[in-house]
Amino acid sequence: MHRTKVRVVEDALDANNTIARANRDDFDRHDVKVVNLMSAPGAGKTTLLERTLAQPLGEVRVGVLEGDVQGSFDADRLATLHVPVTQLNTDSGFGGECHLDANMVRSALPSLPLDEIDLLVIENVGNLVCPAEFRVGEDVRAMICSVTEGEDKPLKYPLMFRTCELVVVNKIDLLPHLDFDLDKFIYHLDQVNPGVKRFQVSARTGEGVEAWREWLLTVMARERAFA
Amino acid sequence: MHELSIATAVLETALKHADGRPVMAVGVRAGALRQVVPDSLMFYFEIVARDTACEGAKLEIEQVAPGLRCHDCKEEWSPEFPAFRCPACGSAAVTITAGEELDIQYIEVDDEEAACTGRR
Repeated sequence: MHRTKVRVVEDALDANNTIARANRDDFDRHDVKVVNLMSAPGAGKTTLLERTLAQPLGEVRVGVLEGDVQGSFDADRLATLHVPVTQLNTDSGFGGECHLDANMVRSALPSLPLDEIDLLVIENVGNLVCPAEFRVGEDVRAMICSVTEGEDKPLKYPLMFRTCELVVVNKIDLLPHLDFDLDKFIYHLDQVNPGVKRFQVSARTGEGVEAWREWLLTVMARERAFA
Repeated sequence: MHELSIATAVLETALKHADGRPVMAVGVRAGALRQVVPDSLMFYFEIVARDTACEGAKLEIEQVAPGLRCHDCKEEWSPEFPAFRCPACGSAAVTITAGEELDIQYIEVDDEEAACTGRR
């Protein structure tokens, strides 16, 4: 046996990031802005999208890419909203991936109506860990954290809370019934991602959702990353 | 729980550079801010490496402590806790100088054995 040490020095996620850039180029070519929406399971991603898309978002034509391990429950819920919804399941391999990666999104590109939309919201698989590692070609990353999850979550999942430029605090209609300390949550959030933009909403009652809708419009006004 | 995904990414990178040669060891640098649990990464790597040129390869993980630097007062520190505000002046204008690494540094291959065990 002859052992040879080969110097590599390559980011483990280089392959993913290369594909993410290719996705991004394709989105740019079609003038589509992309929001990667992440959260824990049950934080209210689909409910917020239902509420968000119940009325037209100004002139912006919105499409949704639904990432799920299995099934089309979320896509079925959104099907009544008259926006194009594309289902992307990750359940190849054993058990199914717990996140979307760039290659999965790439495989969904042919089924996305990119010429008919201006904004694509990618609803990632519910998970506060893995999705934070994998870029998919998005312009912006946003997350939802619901008040039923506990005020310590930014400290437990700093990678996720740091990687997002918007944190939507959902289910605030439940605050009177919970021990959740909103000030403590905000303090923890600012420890991990100081000054990050945040909205307090109830996707169920609609409170605060308009601010989030307006934020989506500001995403549309951004410059392209790749000229 | 994201160690499985990372183990797969590490494996693919190692196989690419091994070019079919059997791999004896893979050196990975993992920053503390990436929240990689070394034992868990090794466990998953062993599983995903089965039936590839990396089967049985030792995963050598170097952990990198987090380093932060404040733009405003130039303080440099290593937080023990995920807090990104400057402890000296309270500024939020902080740069991460270390701890976000997740890269393959080297692989050790056997140059003499027949080179046909690679899966891809």
